[in-house]
Amino acid sequence: MSARLELLCQNLRNALGDRIAKLQTALGEVTLEVAAGDYLETARLLRDDPNLRFEQLIDLTGVDYSAWGDGAWTGLRFAAVCHLTSVTLNWRLRLRAFAPDDAFPVLPSVVDIWNSANWYEREAFDLYGILFEGHPDLRRILSDYGFVGHPFRKDFPISGYVEMRYDPDQRRVVYQPVTIEPRENTPRIIREDSYGDADHG
Amino acid sequence: MAEIRNYTLNFGPQHPAAHGVLRLVLELDGEVVVRADPHIGLLHRATEKLAETKTWLQTVPYLDRLDYVSMMCNEHAYCLAVEKLLGVEVPLRGQYIRVMMDEVTRILNHLLNIGTHGLDIGAMTMVLYTFREREDLMDVYEAVSGARLHAAYYRPGGVYRDLPDQMPQYVENKFKNAATVKRLNAARQGSLLDFIEDFTDRFPAYVDEYETLLTDNRIWKQRTIGIGVVSPERALALGFSGPMLRGSGIEWDLRKKQPYEVYDRVDFDVPVGVNGDCYSRYLVRIEEMRQANRIIRQCIDWLRKNPGPVITGNHKVAPPPREKMKAGMEELIHHFKLFTEGMHVPPGEAYAGIEHPKGEFGVYAISDGGNKPYRIKLRSPGFAHLAATDEMAKGHMIADATAIIGTIDLVLGDTDR
Repeated sequence: MSARLELLCQNLRNALGDRIAKLQTALGEVTLEVAAGDYLETARLLRDDPNLRFEQLIDLTGVDYSAWGDGAWTGLRFAAVCHLTSVTLNWRLRLRAFAPDDAFPVLPSVVDIWNSANWYEREAFDLYGILFEGHPDLRRILSDYGFVGHPFRKDFPISGYVEMRYDPDQRRVVYQPVTIEPRENTPRIIREDSYGDADHG
Repeated sequence: MAEIRNYTLNFGPQHPAAHGVLRLVLELDGEVVVRADPHIGLLHRATEKLAETKTWLQTVPYLDRLDYVSMMCNEHAYCLAVEKLLGVEVPLRGQYIRVMMDEVTRILNHLLNIGTHGLDIGAMTMVLYTFREREDLMDVYEAVSGARLHAAYYRPGGVYRDLPDQMPQYVENKFKNAATVKRLNAARQGSLLDFIEDFTDRFPAYVDEYETLLTDNRIWKQRTIGIGVVSPERALALGFSGPMLRGSGIEWDLRKKQPYEVYDRVDFDVPVGVNGDCYSRYLVRIEEMRQANRIIRQCIDWLRKNPGPVITGNHKVAPPPREKMKAGMEELIHHFKLFTEGMHVPPGEAYAGIEHPKGEFGVYAISDGGNKPYRIKLRSPGFAHLAATDEMAKGHMIADATAIIGTIDLVLGDTDR
């Protein structure tokens, strides 16, 4: 681990104390995990602490972990992952918070801390159904007007449920159940760790 | 007195100044914009979801279709993220080629932006000039990858193949006589590098031409100065990056601050704007084109002197050369496994952000160890910039809304993903 990442981790520990649920460094990136209850306060500290100064939210995304590792996942299902940048101190951080309830995922909104979160949270709501409490205008953003469901959830089929076509009899556009067959050209495979090693069988 | 009600205007989704399919609902008080509500998603193709059903390699061409005016930069971010997860080193020549093609892409993108931005707000000639130069650079794309737009040239581990030693030639036909063909082929006699070098010799004079058309143009200045002003603090809070952030006076360029590939070995300056308005951002883009030209020249110099591999020799990631595959059993197996099952990426997560011509383009990749990504999140610069339209357009006249859409360098393929 480089000295700068070490310093960042140290500063995070000093500023956040026991709010840190998990702090790890991998592939040259620092990932901080906090509980949903500490999420908002952590975000504020990350932005305002003079030794951290993450003044920019570069990205916020929802993740659905339910299918991770072919069913090996045991934790909570939905998470919001933020990527933060400090322009003054030139470092990055990944901040993750899991929504406590899988059936009704709710997380506090960080719009007031980083204004750029507005559309990112709308997107995460649209695609994953994560509700952001305190968001001023939580509408769908990418999917169609009147769309039902949250398309990026792992249990949502890639072909969707409905398709749209023009009906010449009714002389308007109609929705109908999808007629295409699901198809997978390359199956998804997870190999064991030693797979393909020359000295291993 | 009669009650005066605000007027709501629907701008788009099919509007020539919307740069694609953007629906902008404008609430107007007379001619003044009170609220701008962009409705996006009309070009949403769920690239991120599709990537989950494709192998790591099959996703690369999808990246071209995001921001379809700076194709190779999109691929670059994706390849960097995958390489980070795999821990693969790219050969130095591959890195130089990537940097050179990134800068070619930057010029392509800025030419389109400046041309169409001019077109949107009344400088009709600009687009004719900028598209003339785009043509040459499109030929560069075609020479390296075979495609003028959707190149699919970068691969995790390097680039698909080395730069070609000769350029395709024009041939005589009933539309082009011998003299025209001779003139068109004059720069194409040598290798691709000679062709690009010839372009870089000519290009600074072209940029001067654009500047004579726009920089001191009275109408252009009236339409851009003081329009869409964003203060440095707001630019940071709104998640701006790239020329939008630099236009507001913040010196932040990932190529300098968090260098990737060989950007720390090439010499270039980062232009920074002063006023944070459309004109500042225009000046930043003009200067970026000159700097990109400088970087390309340095890359050409290095690439001439240093032959070598352009893609990693790790055959778990990149396929072996064709001749070897035809002759050797081991290589054949590698080839077969790579193109049927695909590469396996170790579990983990990585974020790679690059200085895309429009801003920071980032790819957040999560792998659970499979041959397909578990989740890919594409952070497109246009998404954050478009989200700020409301703040930028508020209080301006309706005609300035097009200037603001032009200045954020919008491509809906990238915003909607």
